[in-house]
Parts: sequence; C-alpha cells; structure tokens
Amino acid sequence: MDVLTQLAHGFSIALTPLNLGLAFAGAFLGTLIGALPGIGPVNGVAILIPIAYALKLPPESALILLAGVYYGAEYGGRISSILLNVPGDAGAVITTLDGYPMAQKGKAGEALALSALSSFIGGTLSVIGLTLFAPLLAQWAIRFGPAEYFALMVFAFTTLSSLAGKSPVKALASSVFGLMLATVGLDPGSGVPRFTFGQLKLYDGVDFLIVAIGLFAISEVLVLMEQTFLGRAAAIRVETTLVSLKTFLASLWSILRGAAIGFFIGVLPGAGASIASAIAYTTEKRLVDREGTFGQGDPRGVAAPEAANNAASGGAMVPMLTLGVPGSGTTAVLLGALMMFNVTPGPLIFQNRPEVVWGLIASMYIGNLMLLVLNLPLVGVFARILTIPRWFLVPAIAALSFVGVYAVNNSAFDLLFMTGIGVWGYLMRKFGFPLAPMILGLVLGRLMEVNLRRALAISGGDWTILFSSPIAKVLWVLAALSLLFPWLVGRLAKRR
Amino acid sequence: MRKLGFLAVLALGFGLFSGAGAFSPGNVECIAPANPGGGWDFTCRSVGKLLYDLKLVPRPVKVTNMPGGGGGVAFAHVVAKRKGDANLLVAASPATTLRLAQGKYGNFAENDVRWLAALGADFGVIAVRTDAPWKTLDDLIADLKKDPSKIPFGGGSAVGGQDHMKVLLLAKAAGIDPMKIKYVPFSGGGEALTSLLGGFVKVFPGDASETIEQMKAGKVRILAVLSEKRLAAIPDVPTARELGYDAVWAVWRGFYMAPGVSDDAYNWWVAAMKKVADSPEWAKIREGRGLAPFFKGGVEFEAFVKQQVKDFRELSRSLGLIK
Repeated sequence: MDVLTQLAHGFSIALTPLNLGLAFAGAFLGTLIGALPGIGPVNGVAILIPIAYALKLPPESALILLAGVYYGAEYGGRISSILLNVPGDAGAVITTLDGYPMAQKGKAGEALALSALSSFIGGTLSVIGLTLFAPLLAQWAIRFGPAEYFALMVFAFTTLSSLAGKSPVKALASSVFGLMLATVGLDPGSGVPRFTFGQLKLYDGVDFLIVAIGLFAISEVLVLMEQTFLGRAAAIRVETTLVSLKTFLASLWSILRGAAIGFFIGVLPGAGASIASAIAYTTEKRLVDREGTFGQGDPRGVAAPEAANNAASGGAMVPMLTLGVPGSGTTAVLLGALMMFNVTPGPLIFQNRPEVVWGLIASMYIGNLMLLVLNLPLVGVFARILTIPRWFLVPAIAALSFVGVYAVNNSAFDLLFMTGIGVWGYLMRKFGFPLAPMILGLVLGRLMEVNLRRALAISGGDWTILFSSPIAKVLWVLAALSLLFPWLVGRLAKRR
Repeated sequence: MRKLGFLAVLALGFGLFSGAGAFSPGNVECIAPANPGGGWDFTCRSVGKLLYDLKLVPRPVKVTNMPGGGGGVAFAHVVAKRKGDANLLVAASPATTLRLAQGKYGNFAENDVRWLAALGADFGVIAVRTDAPWKTLDDLIADLKKDPSKIPFGGGSAVGGQDHMKVLLLAKAAGIDPMKIKYVPFSGGGEALTSLLGGFVKVFPGDASETIEQMKAGKVRILAVLSEKRLAAIPDVPTARELGYDAVWAVWRGFYMAPGVSDDAYNWWVAAMKKVADSPEWAKIREGRGLAPFFKGGVEFEAFVKQQVKDFRELSRSLGLIK
C-alpha cells in the first residue's frame, strides 16, 4: 500500500488551490492548442515553458501546468477532426475516419461527447496503470529492441488491410504512396540523402503533420469549394444532444480495448499516439465491424482511437519517469523543462523528488476529470461551428491550417508542400482512394525501415535476429493471424 | 612613449565606450534549428531567459524552432535572408561544425556566418551496462581488438554524426580499424540508452549529461569520459586520454550570428554572452544540465570554430566518411 500513501501525498500537493488552478489552466489551454490544426502538444508545451518560468512556479507546479497542456491537447485534437475533417494533431488523424462522417450525419454533438468520455476513460485508465505498474512496465518497455519494433510495425501493417474497404487495390496503392514518402530524407543507415533534390528542408524526411493536414484539411477545403461552386452543398443538420447511454454502452468495450492498446503502445519509447490510435481503430474494425459501418460514422470508430491516444499520452510518462528517457516528442520537451527547473530526470527521480512525480501523477487524475467537466458543456458550442456558413468556414479552415503549420516550422516550403499534398489528396478522393492508409504508410514505413536497419546492423545482416525473442515471435504470430483473419472468418461463416 | 600609451588606452577606452553605446538590442530572436526538446532548443531558451533576467535585453527573447537538415535549414535561412540582423542569435554546437565539415549544409560554409560564443560544454562518455563484462576501457578495447563484430555500439546520431565520431575517434586512438566497428544509429540519445539497458547494443557513446543519472542509479557504468580533464560531477571516472587513448569530444553549446552584423553589435553581444556565462544563475542552469564551464567568445571563438571545422574535415576524410 506504499503506492497509495505516495499517491495520497501526491493528491495533497495537486489539490492546493494554486496547483488546481494550474491544472485547469493547462487543460483549457491545451484543449485550444490541440484544436488548432498544426499546433500539437509538443509546441503547446514548448510555448508555455517560458510562461511557467516567468510565473516563478516551483517545479511540481510547472510540471502540472505543462502536463495539463499535454493531455489537454490530446483532448482538443479531436474537435477539428470530428467537425472539420482536419486533424488537430498527429494522434487525432484516425479520429477523422468516423468522427467526420458522424458530424456530417448530424451527430456532431454525439461524436464530441462520446470522444470526450472515451478520452477521459482512456486517460484515467492509463494513469491508473502508470500509478500501479510503472516500474514493471519500464522493464517491459526496454525489452523492445529494434527487432521487436520491426515485428510490431509489420503487425500494424497487417491490420491496415482492414481499412481496405471496397477496393483493396486502391487501399494498397494508397499505403504505397505513404511508404514512398517515408523514404524521403537522410538514409538512416548511411546518412546519404534520398529523394531530397538538394532541398535541405527534406533532409529530415517529410513531416508527418504537414502531410496529414495537407491530405485531410486542404483536400477538404478543395472538396467544399467544389461543392459550393456546383451548388451541391448539402446543409448539415446539427444536433447538440449528448451521447445516449445506449450508444455509450455499445462503445464501452471498444473504449476499454482502445485504452489498453494505447497505453501499452504509449509506454514504448519508439511508438506514439498516432500508431496507438491506428492500431486501436483497425483492431476494433476487425473485431466488431460486422455490418461494415466503420468509416461511415460508427461511434465505436471514434471511441477506440480517442481512448487510445489519451491512454498513450499517459503511457509515454512511464519511460520518462522511470528510465529518464522520453517516450514521445512531448515528453522530450517535458524532460527539458524539468532540467531547467533544476530537477534532474532519470531513474532516481522517484526517490529524489517524490513530490514532483506524485504531484504530477495526482494532477493527471484531476486534469482528466477537469477536461471531461470542461468539455461536455462545450459540446454544443463546438458543434455550432458547423452552422457557420461555408463562405466563411472554408477560408477559415484554410487559414488556420496555414497559420498552424507555419507557426510550428517557420517555413514557406512547408506551406507549398502541404498545398501540393492537398491537391494530391483531392485527386485521391475523386478517384476513390482512401486517405488513411497513406498517412499510416508514412508513419509506419519510417519506423519499420529504421528498426529493420538497426536490427540487421546489430546482427551483422543475420535475418534470424528478427524472430529470435519471445516478444518478436508473439508479434509475428499476431501478424500472421491478422492477415489470415478475414479468410478464417469466411471459412467459419461458410461452415455454418 | 608613455604619453602615447596613455592616449592609446584613452582611445581604446573611448572606442569601446562608443562601441557599446552604438548598439542596443531590440526585439531579440533566437533560432533553435531543431524541434523543441533538444540541446539547441535548451541553449536558446536558457540563455534567452538569462539575457532578459540579467536585464541585458529589454524584452524577453523570442525562441523560434526551425528544424530541418540537421540545422542546415536555419543556416541557409540566416545566410540568405537575415544578413546584418543584429538581433538574431542562432544556437550551435559541434553538430553544426561537423555537418559543415562534411558538406552537409549544401554550398554553405563556416565563413558564411559570424561565430559569437560558446557558454558551456558537455563531454562524450563511453558507457556500458553495469552487468557488462568490461570493467575498464582497456577491457573493452582488448575485446574489440579480438572481434569487433560482437560488440555493437548504439548512439543517438546518424552514421557520421557526433556519437558515431566518438566511436571512430576512440577506435583510431586504440589502433583498431574504425570501419570494422559496428555502429547502430538511433534517433536520439534516449532511444540509444534504452536499447543499451535492454541489452540490444552493448556500448553507448553518449554524452555525460544524459548518462550520469543512469550511472548514479546503478544502471550503467561509465568506462571513460572523452574530456581533457576529469569531470567534477564524476571525479572517479578516468578520461580516455589518461588511459592512453587520445580521444576528446567536447559538445560545446553556443551561438552564431548572421553575416554582415556590424562589429559594434558583434562586440556588444560577445560582452553580453560573457556576462551571462559569468553569472551565478547560468552556473546553476549549466550544472543542472550537466555542462562543464567552457567559455570562448569573439575572435577566439571564431578561430576555435574554424579550426574545429578543419579538424573535423580531415578526420572525416581519413575515416572515409567524405571524399
């Protein structure tokens, strides 16, 4: 019960008026930052570090504020995904797949409320996991070497096939576009530039977020423009009713599975919210999508990825707090912030600075609750965004996307690139290619390549390293099952 | 003669005085040529904060993250578009000079910018897991000489980058063919360290700042530090040099400025950086980050950087990394 006394101590720190206020401020700002396309949790936290300084906050309070921004942003990212088909940050890309169709069907309020609940459950479960099992999980995380990451990526790829929809060939082509984009940049094994055309900007590869915003937001703007010109724009019904108990209960298992998947993937330093939400979504589609309603606005398709991306942000705290290594881009910034507040992160932080760690963990419980309380009443307000006339909404989406992307990287090249991707995305839509496989091909492709190269560099080119550990073997079996799953289901159905 | 000397001193004094008076900083911007969370970002944010806290600049320093090309995008931006901008600082480190030396910034070269100052330095270390068979650097070198293919090194930079260079330097100093050593690139020291703890790579050629806490927790053993003198934070760890391997890797943290910045402004900034470096506030931040004192400014720093680029170029060439 040592953990509980520690946690109680943490709550005594987190429940001071100052820290409560900061958790609230962080959660609120984070929601706004997450909702703006392009500006995600990494930038949100980085923007607030100097403010936390200027306020001369003690380290635990500063961390509570910054962590509030972090999970607030994971919350906020879904708002523009659902309403506008514009992912607010990397973890919210998958939410567009069913969230946007729901909003188009007039269920914006339901989608927002359900996603808020899913985020709350996912976030809270992951904090519980963090509280109880952090040291154990850290031991599990370090067992993931390059070969295991490679097998995980292969598994993730096999689940992608469930996104194929009507035309597997088109889905396959779309993921190949993503894989092609993933090869741009410095070759991880030798440092040789590939497909960079001498552009220094492309040396680090193609920025995932720019592709996501171009592909979804800019193409959306083009589609809206086309509909407006052709006079085909259908008025969207906006209902601001919250989610019914029935829908919520129907999604509950999806939420719980999404939370578990998100948490475990979040714990791995080499993966993150975007992969977590993708795997959660594709797993759900496999398991429960009997009527083929995923992608048409199925509430479970919103619940699972939202639970997963919030659970992943809690999971990413595990390696940060136990090993002193960042589990995601945002935790890397948080680690930097800690050092500036003279707290040395590392494996000893639990012993040396318990007030910081437990105060933070307690504040995550409180912050998640605050976000729920903050978000549910705002559902109606957010949903009304859809009643804004198109002549205003379309340029506003475009402007927000451009400002967001420029604010992050300060590069005009990125804007041009994003526009090009947007036109490409528009063409893909016109010809019936699904967009999500391309985005996932980009994310998974890069991780798959670097980890394969690392594994082979360690073994000196010996392929057996890829199948040598028990974890890797399990992942390969899962991948094989996932590939055979549709066939197996078909056989079983026939037998009946 | 004495009179002349006096006049000279007077003139110098006036010169300095008017020099200091001719430039006053406005809205200062600091470009961190990478995403938030890394060393360059830290350099900008911590020094930027102190510049304002010490009232050297009138308004808080704005930090701009400009990732891309390992700093190349920011370098190109500053050379091409910010000529003469005296309110612009850009964070730099040996990652900058190494890439310049290897021609990774396209046609841009070290003479294209004005090198301002370095304010602190981290040092390379050679670390292994606590349960590794190697108790000393000599043990590791002996095994490497027997069969380098059994001992993969994992660092946080690409092939040819800083962590890889440490390995190559050490191998060269020990008389091992550097190209025989297995180096596995990770995307950051944290990932490489995790891989070391998981036992996938055997040696971590990281930096002292990111490794010391792991050593204190009993997770890793630092076999040697790649510095000229032992570090105050880990006085028991020998330097590679005292063990007979002449490999030093100092990760200085500093700034360059745009080309065409006036001498007045440049000199003002050198003096301001000196004030920051000498302040107790900086000492505290520096130590929190695990950096050793290391100040070089102005002409001295320019010369240092240019020599370093030259050295890195020769080294990269001799190691076969560039032609």
